[in-house]
Amino acid sequence: MTMRRNDFRARNHPAWWAFWLHRVSGLLLALFLPVHFTLLAQALHGTAALNGLLRLTDSALLKVAEWGLVTLLALHLTGGVRLLLIEFGPASGLRKNWIAGGVGVALAVGLAFALSLLA
Amino acid sequence: MSETTLQVRIWRGGSADVGGTFQTYDVPRRDSQTVLDVVTHVQRAIDPTLSYRYACRVGMCGSCAMTVNGKARWTCRTHVSRVIGDDGALEIAPLANLPVVKDLATDMRPFFDKWAAARGRFQGAQTRLDDFARVSPDSPERRAANAGIECIGCGVCYGSCDVVQWRPEFLGPAALNRAWTLVNDVRDTDRRERLRAVAGDAGCHSCHTQGSCTERCPKGIAPTLGIAGLKRTVGRAAAKGEL
Repeated sequence: MTMRRNDFRARNHPAWWAFWLHRVSGLLLALFLPVHFTLLAQALHGTAALNGLLRLTDSALLKVAEWGLVTLLALHLTGGVRLLLIEFGPASGLRKNWIAGGVGVALAVGLAFALSLLA
Repeated sequence: MSETTLQVRIWRGGSADVGGTFQTYDVPRRDSQTVLDVVTHVQRAIDPTLSYRYACRVGMCGSCAMTVNGKARWTCRTHVSRVIGDDGALEIAPLANLPVVKDLATDMRPFFDKWAAARGRFQGAQTRLDDFARVSPDSPERRAANAGIECIGCGVCYGSCDVVQWRPEFLGPAALNRAWTLVNDVRDTDRRERLRAVAGDAGCHSCHTQGSCTERCPKGIAPTLGIAGLKRTVGRAAAKGEL
């Protein structure tokens, strides 16, 4: 006797998507960290080494990547605050208002960063 | 109602790996028809070999839960009009995450074994000769217990939980919700053992807060919040060296 497994229909609700966003943004940010530390470590080899790599961030592709990074950070931050509220705050359901608000704030932060890139 | 006939797909046989599959039946559409009414019609008027489980028909016993159009639901209180697709589709399958016995009937033993593993049984110190325990309805413990006490053990949360699917030893939302109501029962004397039972890898800390249990619970219980309460309580007890 084995069991049936759920498909996407069982998962298609806001709190599950909030979980998915939090997990995916967390994994992508974790992938970014080694790159981040490698770049910072160049400072140990002197100014020229660091600046050489930092000049890469002037490219358009990396600007877009930076925008993605900022948006992911904002998403992960607001999603994390929601989880902390569920776990430690007064009981108030799945706090879907925080899902909507968090996604809104993250998009606004991303757009503000994109604007600053254009300026 | 424009359609007079429902085309219903119902799971027949065991799970897919032993040849189970959906079969289609034509069922007359009626006013105020529940999903359980549809299943009952198929068994009584079309194919008496269809196996399913129900008892009270009024949302008390928790035995008729099935997967309806992909989501776990109590079928006796689920009106067809509320779940039917835009194309008139109705798909009825057994609950997920539980072994399929036959057709729509699942083996609920793993579900209830986990209630026992989470020490979901009240353990008191008084006898019937003692006076009633007096618990203020306004106390935080009583309020927390109240929030989860109406569980009917239908398994909808268990069949909706991804963590149960990914990690089969996970105690699941219902067992942990039961443990949480007992942790808040000031008469109970088994608190320490219960916290130990839910503190391990199969316990409350495995919950990923996906909220499917809370989203689907037909009684409006929020096991997610009970599990969060267990995480806090277990954490505090561990910090004090009480576990």
